[in-house]
Amino acid sequence: MLYADTVESETLVHKPSFVVGMLLIFTALFTLFDLTESLFGHLMRPVIGEPSEAGFLGSLSVGFLVGLLLTINVVAIGFVRFRIQVLIVWAELFILFMAFFYGFDLNFEFIRSKIWFMVSQGLVTTLYVSALSITLAAMVAIVGAVAKLSSNGFAYAIASFYTSFFRGLPLLMQVYLIYLGLPQLGYVIDAIPAGILALTLCYGAYMTEIFRAGIQSIPKGQWEASRSLGFGFGLTMKRIILPQAFPLIIPPTGNQFIAMLKDSSLVSIIGVWELMFLARTLGSKDYRHLEMLVTAALIYWAMSICLELIQSKIERHFRTKSH
Amino acid sequence: MAEPIIKMTGVSKWYGTFQALTDINFSVNQGDKIVVCGPSGSGKSTMIRTLNWLEAHQVGKIEVNGVELHAKMKNIDQVRMDVGMVFQHFNLFPHMTVLENLMAAPMWVRKVNRSDAEKTARTFLERVRIPEQADKYPGQLSGGQQQRVAIARSLCMNPKVMLFDEPTSALDPEMVSEVLETMIHLAREGMTMVCVTHEMGFAKAVADRVVFMDAGQIVEENDPHSFFDNPQHMRTQEFLSQILQH
Ligand SMILES: Nc1ncnc2c1ncn2[C@@H]1O[C@H](COP(=O)(O)OP(=O)(O)OP(=O)(O)O)[C@@H](O)[C@H]1O
Ligand SMILES: [Mg+2]
Repeated sequence: MLYADTVESETLVHKPSFVVGMLLIFTALFTLFDLTESLFGHLMRPVIGEPSEAGFLGSLSVGFLVGLLLTINVVAIGFVRFRIQVLIVWAELFILFMAFFYGFDLNFEFIRSKIWFMVSQGLVTTLYVSALSITLAAMVAIVGAVAKLSSNGFAYAIASFYTSFFRGLPLLMQVYLIYLGLPQLGYVIDAIPAGILALTLCYGAYMTEIFRAGIQSIPKGQWEASRSLGFGFGLTMKRIILPQAFPLIIPPTGNQFIAMLKDSSLVSIIGVWELMFLARTLGSKDYRHLEMLVTAALIYWAMSICLELIQSKIERHFRTKSH
Repeated sequence: MAEPIIKMTGVSKWYGTFQALTDINFSVNQGDKIVVCGPSGSGKSTMIRTLNWLEAHQVGKIEVNGVELHAKMKNIDQVRMDVGMVFQHFNLFPHMTVLENLMAAPMWVRKVNRSDAEKTARTFLERVRIPEQADKYPGQLSGGQQQRVAIARSLCMNPKVMLFDEPTSALDPEMVSEVLETMIHLAREGMTMVCVTHEMGFAKAVADRVVFMDAGQIVEENDPHSFFDNPQHMRTQEFLSQILQH
């Protein structure tokens, strides 16, 4: 939360000028969209007559009805508590979103027949590839961050070359380089290890920078207090600096994990049977691309939501601990 | 006569091209209480921080507990274990409770087992008279309480000498006395202490010697009685007349 004001301000959505403005804008918008052919148009039949022949007045009155409903909805939400507001708005947006997908005229029978396979094969592969990669990337990042902060020229040079290279190349290219390049050197590598390696190296480079910034933001006095008590470098890092850097590192790391979840779809190009791969292959066999893509999209989204929740839980844990 | 705990011979130090310490000769014997004072920027912090090598010196020799401090040494942590340091801004570990702050170094550096470390920690919290704050986090304490925790944290390592760098100058006036009391108590128990401070009352009460620094040099070193009543140098007289005005 931002700094909370002690004085309550008037609820914006209850200001008369705002309510009237909202009603006018919604009415204009929905009149423009001309909803006479929609469900609302048919409901208004007693007022506007046959929807298809209603003309401008007809679409204006349907627009006004929809605008009025929406305005009442917004004003009503303004009355409830913060948590309930969040829940209602999320639910409404979600329903709208689902209605949008529903409008694609999808074949749900087909989705139902494939979804179990997508979850048991694709989701599991995606999750374990990402989880393994992010764990390895975090280890790379700690070493990389320490190297980047060290006064040792070798360590700094290697670490900065590494971050520069792997942040500078598209991930897709790194996946190809590892999967197709390593065999050229005589190391044949399977698709899944190749994918994990590419993701680890790429995200390790980004996370090196996150960890470095986190470590650097701990005041010098903490180092001095720790070293003056007889803690060595490693002990200071492990017991004093990293535990304080973690709360700062977690939000951007969670962000990276969510990004990785979706970037792991790039390893589908080398034939790893993760979500994206299955969405494309299962869909193309029966010319049902959209069904599989929408399903995969929703699975990705659900996974991200789970991660967001876990992340906020960890953040809360650290916040309560130090206050 | 026993060897001094701390011995500086001809020590000079530069920050880049700026010379912060010039030819410092200074020694501390077992049980000595030494107060270091001088105008801002005179090198007091720099000097006290070279004593546990938080700052490196370039010329001269510093011996602590008979070990010479230099860049190639392998056992700096061994030396620091026996030298407690209290900072102006406390520098407590904010992610640990007060008790954990006190137990950290004995457990992880001295490898004392947990229950002994806790016993020692509680004894010292008692000594600085805040046993009831053991389970709070540093951020929940007042400045004076934090500084007393910091003193207790150093004492838990059973140091041979304690260094204080302006321990009361970040505190509100009403908290200064509680920290000074703790320090006076410690001095009376026979702890060897080097204190950078402008608290002249403290100097008069416990110091064996007062060291006056200016522009990176030790200008005058004397017992408190002579130092305050009969300062030898112009600069000392000016400094004293300035701070005693307030
Ligand atoms: N890290 C540094 N780099 C460069 N110059 C420094 C550094 N630290 C201190 N100095 C300089 O060295 C001189 C002595 O600084 P020092 O902190 O020892 O003074 P001090 O006597 O403790 O002053 P104060 O009473 O304000 O704490 C000052 O002129 C300061 O500007
Ligand atoms: Mg200072």
